[in-house]
Amino acid sequence: MNGASRVSAGNGANLDRDRLTMALGTMWRIRAFEELAVRAQKEGLALGAIHPSIGQEAVAAGVCLNLRRDDLLLSTHRGHGHTLAKGADALAMMRELFGRAGGTCGGKGGSMHIADFDVGMLGANGVVAANITIAAGAAHSMRLLGSDRITVCIFGDGAINRGPFLEGLNWAKVFDLPVLFVCEDNIYSATTRSTSMTAGPGVAARAESLGIPAVAVDGNDVVAVDAAARAAIDAVRSGAGPQLLHCKTYRITGHTTADAALYRDPAEVDKWRESDPIARLADTLVADGAAPAVLDEERARAYAELEDIFAAARDTAWPDVAGAFSDVQDLGDPRERAY
Amino acid sequence: MHKLTYLEAGRRALIEEMRRDPRVWALGEDLGRGGVFGQYKGLAEMFGPARIADTPISEACIMGAAVGAAMTGTRPVVEMRFSDFALCAIDELVNQAAKARFMFGGQMRVPLVVREPVGMWRSSAAQHSQSLESWYTHIPGLVVVAPSTPADNLGLLKSAIRADDPVVYLEHKALWPLEGPVPEGEHLTPLGVADVAREGRDLTIVTWSAMRHASLKAAEALAKQGIEAEVVDLRTLWPWDRDAVFASVEKTGRLLVVQEAVSVSGFGAEIAASVAEALHHRLKSPVKRLGAPRIPVAYAPPLEDMARVTPDRITEAARAMCVHAEAV
Repeated sequence: MNGASRVSAGNGANLDRDRLTMALGTMWRIRAFEELAVRAQKEGLALGAIHPSIGQEAVAAGVCLNLRRDDLLLSTHRGHGHTLAKGADALAMMRELFGRAGGTCGGKGGSMHIADFDVGMLGANGVVAANITIAAGAAHSMRLLGSDRITVCIFGDGAINRGPFLEGLNWAKVFDLPVLFVCEDNIYSATTRSTSMTAGPGVAARAESLGIPAVAVDGNDVVAVDAAARAAIDAVRSGAGPQLLHCKTYRITGHTTADAALYRDPAEVDKWRESDPIARLADTLVADGAAPAVLDEERARAYAELEDIFAAARDTAWPDVAGAFSDVQDLGDPRERAY
Repeated sequence: MHKLTYLEAGRRALIEEMRRDPRVWALGEDLGRGGVFGQYKGLAEMFGPARIADTPISEACIMGAAVGAAMTGTRPVVEMRFSDFALCAIDELVNQAAKARFMFGGQMRVPLVVREPVGMWRSSAAQHSQSLESWYTHIPGLVVVAPSTPADNLGLLKSAIRADDPVVYLEHKALWPLEGPVPEGEHLTPLGVADVAREGRDLTIVTWSAMRHASLKAAEALAKQGIEAEVVDLRTLWPWDRDAVFASVEKTGRLLVVQEAVSVSGFGAEIAASVAEALHHRLKSPVKRLGAPRIPVAYAPPLEDMARVTPDRITEAARAMCVHAEAV
């Protein structure tokens, strides 16, 4: 961390139980969505590559708790959780995974290109680190338009070794843009342990070397993520320029549903399972006096909702094939001429 | 009509569009001091540093930021300095700008213009001389424009800035000082419409960018030999004006495509193949492409010239097509 300050769960702080119960509901919805996405892939319903974010739910929930609906969010190939937390419609998302009509992107994008501009979610991205420069540009655009909407860009630990990480962070600092960078560090770059491929002390030090304040936080502790995100976002909103949040979490599944992740020590996975962000939050809330039954309701509600969504998506028709030719370009529109 | 250089015409286009639409802004290296060729001279003073944004030498971020900006309500004009440097931003252009609208199901558009100065110019060697237009014509989602005259650099750039698609706008470095007549009032050149630069009955030369001028010189030489060449300047490469090309070839029965780019897999192959597929029964001689050999552009002038398509080479190729047909 090299000088980056640490934020830990609010020991002694008064917990905002309603807020955290809401976060719990969000995390359960993400967990349910991801588990059903995995099931859907096994059943041949979800197509292409699916990158589950099971175990990383506290990052999505904790960051997005602090965003307005019209703030902008850019995500990664592992972006279902971020998209849900930003407020996208879960049925439209599931339909998108299934490639069906009424999907978030009309079935044209799939899991890796989910976007919902109505809630400020400017897209997952299939190219690692690509959204970092796009986020800088969105923030730049908001500045030019005189808007007070901030931009948040979530990327993984693998992204910090690509050029756009340096270029985007440098740009954001040079132009002093209202953007929060969130490194969702799940320890693996696809199937490679990131530390083995990353020189130096890591993302926070790299940000700080550019003059961007960086905070590292336990990414499996949603109380801590919420607090750190709130502080960073307050700073962004107040005009303090770009900030970076390093959320240390863990990818419980393989890189994709097709990856059994045999390169990992099972003991490592077990250790992280014990640090499950949902269970930790539930424990925190119970210790604070919340009724376990109320918390169980959050879980039950999420799974009931997502099971219904799964069935509804499965029963949705394929998109009209005309869609393969629409939304490409106005000039030289392939509906007029594709050859 | 008054006279402007190709460079001044592009500058005027941007000024007019920035005055017309406050969402238009430009970003690129050294723009605050007029840009590397002076295309932006005085614009920072006119519009302020926020709208004429000086950027780091970060091509990927210049392009990526423009994508993010275009998706969220502004209309960036990206300066890439040399088209060769735009290769540092190819993910941002090809994977992001060109595909975002489609991938996201039409939720938004990416109205940006990427200005990429192309072509051979004063011993600039292999990394500052390329003409890579065919790469971009291959990518669904992109519009590709290559102006060749001052009037077109005014009218096409204005149209490109008003387009809601990502437009790759290829200005030729050797044309910056070229003077020509330019309308004084509002002048918009439609994208996708070719310009018949010279009419003729014997042969159609399809070309674009600086090769328009080499082709016109060749046409003059051919006229002295009794061969009347029609020169069709495509101006827009995607969508290219198939109707204009086909109409001309129907008339002349001969097609020579002239391009500065490497001939192999160049855009000329697309024109040649399209004409061969559709009009073979009207052809009096086989279609021919004239372009650079598949070599990098060298530095020393005699070596550099080996990659150059000259009026003489065009004249010779055209004459051979016409003479050959007469012999048959």
